[in-house]
Amino acid sequence: MILERFNDAAKRGVYSLQEFFVLAGKALGFIFVKPFYASDLFQQMDSIGVGSLGIVLLTGFFTGMVLALQSSVQLQTFGASDYIGRLIAGSMIRELGPVLAGLMVAGRVGSGIAAQLGSMRVTEQIDALNTLGTDPIKKLVTPRVLAALVMLPVLTIINDFIGILGGNVIARFYLGKPSALYWKTVFEQMLAGGFTLHYIPNDFIQGLIKPFVFGGIISLVACYYGLKTTGGTEGVGISTTRTVVTASILILVVDYFLTQILLSIFQQ
Amino acid sequence: MTDEDDRRKQKEERRHPSEKDDTAMPRRAHDSSRVRAAIRTELEEVAEEAPGSQTATRPVPKVISVENVSLSFDEPVLENISFTARAGETIVVVGESGTGKSTILKLLLRLLIPDQGRVAIDGEDITHLTFDDALKVRQKMGMVFQGAALFDSMTVYENVAYPLREHTDLQEDEIEARVREKLEFVDLEPHKVMDQLPSELSGGMKKRVGIARGLANNPEIMLYDEPTSGLDPLTTATITYLILKLQRELGVTSIVVSHDIRSSFRMGSKIALLANKRIGFFGTPEEMTGSDDPYIREFLGGF
Repeated sequence: MILERFNDAAKRGVYSLQEFFVLAGKALGFIFVKPFYASDLFQQMDSIGVGSLGIVLLTGFFTGMVLALQSSVQLQTFGASDYIGRLIAGSMIRELGPVLAGLMVAGRVGSGIAAQLGSMRVTEQIDALNTLGTDPIKKLVTPRVLAALVMLPVLTIINDFIGILGGNVIARFYLGKPSALYWKTVFEQMLAGGFTLHYIPNDFIQGLIKPFVFGGIISLVACYYGLKTTGGTEGVGISTTRTVVTASILILVVDYFLTQILLSIFQQ
Repeated sequence: MTDEDDRRKQKEERRHPSEKDDTAMPRRAHDSSRVRAAIRTELEEVAEEAPGSQTATRPVPKVISVENVSLSFDEPVLENISFTARAGETIVVVGESGTGKSTILKLLLRLLIPDQGRVAIDGEDITHLTFDDALKVRQKMGMVFQGAALFDSMTVYENVAYPLREHTDLQEDEIEARVREKLEFVDLEPHKVMDQLPSELSGGMKKRVGIARGLANNPEIMLYDEPTSGLDPLTTATITYLILKLQRELGVTSIVVSHDIRSSFRMGSKIALLANKRIGFFGTPEEMTGSDDPYIREFLGGF
């Protein structure tokens, strides 16, 4: 009896996973198939990218500040507080920038996408698209995934910069370190990790592969749950919650494995 | 003479003489009691004429045929369903709630694929089509959803223009002309509603915009899912009148899913009663009212 139930649950799990990857494959495949819904893409880039700017600026700035504050205590015990710029640049660019931007966008954009597609599903608008001869994946999912893939790295760059700036504020006005010294150590850190193709700092590559992957995770998870919504408005709520929870957990888990892989490649 | 010419001619011949009189019905069905009276007489007239005028003596091509279709999700939903719709006919599928009426529409649109049997549109078996070919077949059909299913991020104009933008190479002015024409056909004033969002419309208006959108691409088949549910009696009559007008002026073949038996009798050339996963009755409204079958008598109840 218990075994049977476990068996059913496992089957459902595998089936959902298969559905998810079929959706992902189609969404990405449609990037190269006409017609291309360019206006939908720009609209999504605006809503995902420009729309998330505010929260990304806020979280980035305060994270940079709190990071500087906390680490200054540690660094002072070793007499190494001059190197605070290195520490902040390293952690913001490689780790905190991508993950924080990812989590914020998962909360803000992921929930929005799931709610919108979910309502479209329960009000039969998805069926209407199908009936009018449009593939809903091409019209709705592809532009959102593409927009997230492009905009999340952009948001991360902004987040990194504003976080380092937050660190600068604390270093200058709380710890009394000159800004020139702070930025000098920041650049030292950026260049310390070595280069790819002679010019591109490895830290940048690490820091930009992550948000690219996170963008895919957020948009696909949101579209998957949104399109799968059943059961009226209550269903929309469930889909939204599932999206935020699943996307956030996936970001943190994938981040760990991605870091392992990237470190093994770049940290020789 | 091509098949299409032939069919058009047959449609012409099957029309009732009174139908040629366009002035019988005022353009806009808004307020006056004169309009209400006109709708009523119109409906009654057509209800009387419907069976005779539809079942023409010469063979009319089958537009839709559903043959021995069975479908189950977790439990069986439909078992061995068969019916056909000839050009210009209106088939009304009635039955209790939850008997799989709407499922039949989804089968016709190939949003669902039957477990057994075949569904053919214009003689073409659509059961095994690829996804892309299915999109093409769907262009022959206009669907009116229960809740209208208008795209709520787009204006009324964009909603009606959507199928045109998607499937035709029409210029913007041609699209606008077509949108105006379709909105006028459903008795809406284009200049008033075109820029409104669906959320600003009343239930009856949404339904009409839904019909206009279904009509935009000039489909030969119209499918309606509960077109009169949740509407007041006057709006119900207006929508019923619209469906009749479409059938007569444009000669479209229609499948209507409804539980409103009164309006079903008015617009249906044939009624299909879905009961216990099967079609328990398929015939004209007269045959239905004349039936001795206890379930049919019970279903018709006080009618």
